[in-house]
Amino acid sequence: MQHTLVTLVEDRPGVLNRVASLFRRRGFNIESLTVGHSEIPGVSRMTMVIDSTPQNIERLIQYLYKLVNVIKVDDLTHETTMMRNLAMIKVSANEKRRMEIMQLVEIFRARIVDVANDSLIIEITGAEDKIESFVDVLRPFGIIEMVRTGVIAMARGSSAAMSMVNQEASLAA
Amino acid sequence: MKKTGAQILWECIAREGVDTIFGIIGGSTLPIYDAMEAFPIHHVMVRHEQGAAHMADGYARATGKVGVAMATSGPGATNLVTGIATAFMDSSPIVCITGQVPSWFIGYDAFQETDVTGITLPITKHNYLISNVEEINKTVRDAFYVARSARPGPVLIDITKDAQTEEIEWEYDETPIQMPGYRPDYSPVEGDLKQAAKMIAQAERPLILAGAGVLHSEAMQEMIAFAEKTQTPIAATLLGLGSVPASHPLYLGMMGMHGESWVNQAIQEADLLLAMGMRFDDRVTGNMATYAPNARKIHFDIDPSEINKNVKVNLALIADLKITLSQLLPHLSPTDHSPWLETINGKCEESAQRDILNWPDTGKLHAAHVIHDIWKYTEGKALLVTDVGQHQMWAAQYYKHEKPNTLITSGGLGTMGFALPAALGAKQGCPDAEVWVIAGDGGFQMTQAELSTAAQEGLKVNVAIINNGYLGMVRQWQDLFYEKRYTATPMVSPDFVKIAEAHGLTGIRVTRRSEIEDAIHKTQECPGTVVIDFRVEKEDNVYPMVSAGADLHEMIRRPHPEQS
Ligand SMILES: Cc1ncc(C[n+]2csc(CCOP(=O)(O)OP(=O)(O)O)c2C)c(N)n1
Ligand SMILES: [Mg+2]
Repeated sequence: MQHTLVTLVEDRPGVLNRVASLFRRRGFNIESLTVGHSEIPGVSRMTMVIDSTPQNIERLIQYLYKLVNVIKVDDLTHETTMMRNLAMIKVSANEKRRMEIMQLVEIFRARIVDVANDSLIIEITGAEDKIESFVDVLRPFGIIEMVRTGVIAMARGSSAAMSMVNQEASLAA
Repeated sequence: MKKTGAQILWECIAREGVDTIFGIIGGSTLPIYDAMEAFPIHHVMVRHEQGAAHMADGYARATGKVGVAMATSGPGATNLVTGIATAFMDSSPIVCITGQVPSWFIGYDAFQETDVTGITLPITKHNYLISNVEEINKTVRDAFYVARSARPGPVLIDITKDAQTEEIEWEYDETPIQMPGYRPDYSPVEGDLKQAAKMIAQAERPLILAGAGVLHSEAMQEMIAFAEKTQTPIAATLLGLGSVPASHPLYLGMMGMHGESWVNQAIQEADLLLAMGMRFDDRVTGNMATYAPNARKIHFDIDPSEINKNVKVNLALIADLKITLSQLLPHLSPTDHSPWLETINGKCEESAQRDILNWPDTGKLHAAHVIHDIWKYTEGKALLVTDVGQHQMWAAQYYKHEKPNTLITSGGLGTMGFALPAALGAKQGCPDAEVWVIAGDGGFQMTQAELSTAAQEGLKVNVAIINNGYLGMVRQWQDLFYEKRYTATPMVSPDFVKIAEAHGLTGIRVTRRSEIEDAIHKTQECPGTVVIDFRVEKEDNVYPMVSAGADLHEMIRRPHPEQS
């Protein structure tokens, strides 16, 4: 099944390579991986989606912890979690069909971010399945280009992935 | 005071307690070496960087301190790789320092530039690239700390030439080490201790599996106290040999592929396995699906990633073993397991008949005789360093270790060529130890150039080459599983006596059993390194043997003498 891991790492050169190399070395397949800053200076946040058995995910978490630059790993799979994906879709849109597309954009709460003579760029954020269905309804119009970010995730409620390690991490940063 | 990066590096290394390093100089380490003279550190010049890494490893395993190897960029660094991987698999604390091209050349395929941190990433516990003199102090401290703490392992520091030469105003910084992602936890969970105590109290056929972790954690006394109080027998892995004196009444012997048959049978019949600092390697479990089918398992290990990796366990105590056992002991009550101990003892007798040592003397020179006699005439007190192959297994079977840390061998990686350099490192670290190398004719030739190092350094080690004219362990597999098609295993070797003499050392040849004792005594008396060429039976096999992937109790046994 799909597991979502949030991993906090030191923001240093080569850390992404260490994590990626671990996946390759231990034979795990990454469905999606996103990296960016976290709320703490010097700490990056990775969201990983991996398809594997619970036992293997347990192994993976321990391997991640073995990396000296990994500060914290949270498995959000069984938590109530906000999961978001961002996509930009360039779709062909002539005069005649433009209105139709704009209606769909409305329904899906997407946004048009660029308009050209015969195309539009639409931006949409949301859970994976919402984006999937939006892409499906746009397909008949002719998708020229598409880019997606991969999943980012955050547990609901007031706790933070970092809460336990906040202090030390900012010290080192 | 104004200091160059090279001076800062040496001062930081010296402050870690390092007095010896092993290495070969090159263009990218010239500034480092140029600054060395001023520091109380002895440099052992090796003949191949693989040797430097093995020496650092042997030094570390013999002394418990961090061993240090140094190499230049490019080929110097890549030559270290086998040694680093060896140390990694056996959790040996070494720090390797490699020179790197100047930082402005990195990424431009400069002369002797290689991506050393990239190459060694999967075979180090951690590695660093220093391209700024300001980073040296903290990096060296972190590196030694990572290497020696928790589950030890190799750490590599790659340092650019400009970081070595740059000068800064500098004072040694000893602020406490702060690594947000590396904070080892050594204490067990109280509830787990109680749970363990309960399982131990319920067991009727318990068995301790002692691995290298017992030695790393220095938990020998605690483990023995545990065993004695609960009357639990102890089996050892290859790297766990010596963690309990071989003469201890509760000690059974080695487990696994070439372990004693009664030990493997005991594992299969046990109802509780207490795995201490061992990782259920495939060479000790055989077929995982049928491994110890009747046993509940408690895993004591400092490394959480080992838990449930190979064998699913019922309880894990993830902590330092010494601390865990000393806290667990008060929870245990004295127990009697004499029926279980008698069952195991009953299985030993049958094996004794198959033992080569109990065969009638046919005048043939078997490796078992050689190892047994070395054991006898060193009174079991030598520091034994083995290479990889049949001789390694015979050494494990026939040399009975009474003291911890007296066997140094490449277990996890099985690196041929390990023994001679590792022994030189061990001797350098323990000058008073009687160091014996047990090597095969094949593996010895992989690093025999280090005889020059022994000669130049005046290091005395005693080298026993178990010369069977084959890559013997592989020939054994061909014998048993490839219908004796001996492809690429027969080997023509040089005259090892002359090789020794060419290095200004002593060589002795032994072809008969009656000559062994004399040769050993001569070797012991000789002030320098001696190489003994033992011309043993060519096609002898190591028994018992669990074929790869077979059930642990399905052992191929040595035929009785009258059948062979
Ligand atoms: C560097 C390396 N290359 C190849 C092997 C595969 N191998 C394992 S044991 C062995 C034979 C060793 O022969 P020798 O050193 O003569 O020892 P023997 O088994 O004859 O005692 C070989 C080739 C290895 N372990 N290490
Ligand atoms: Mg051989």
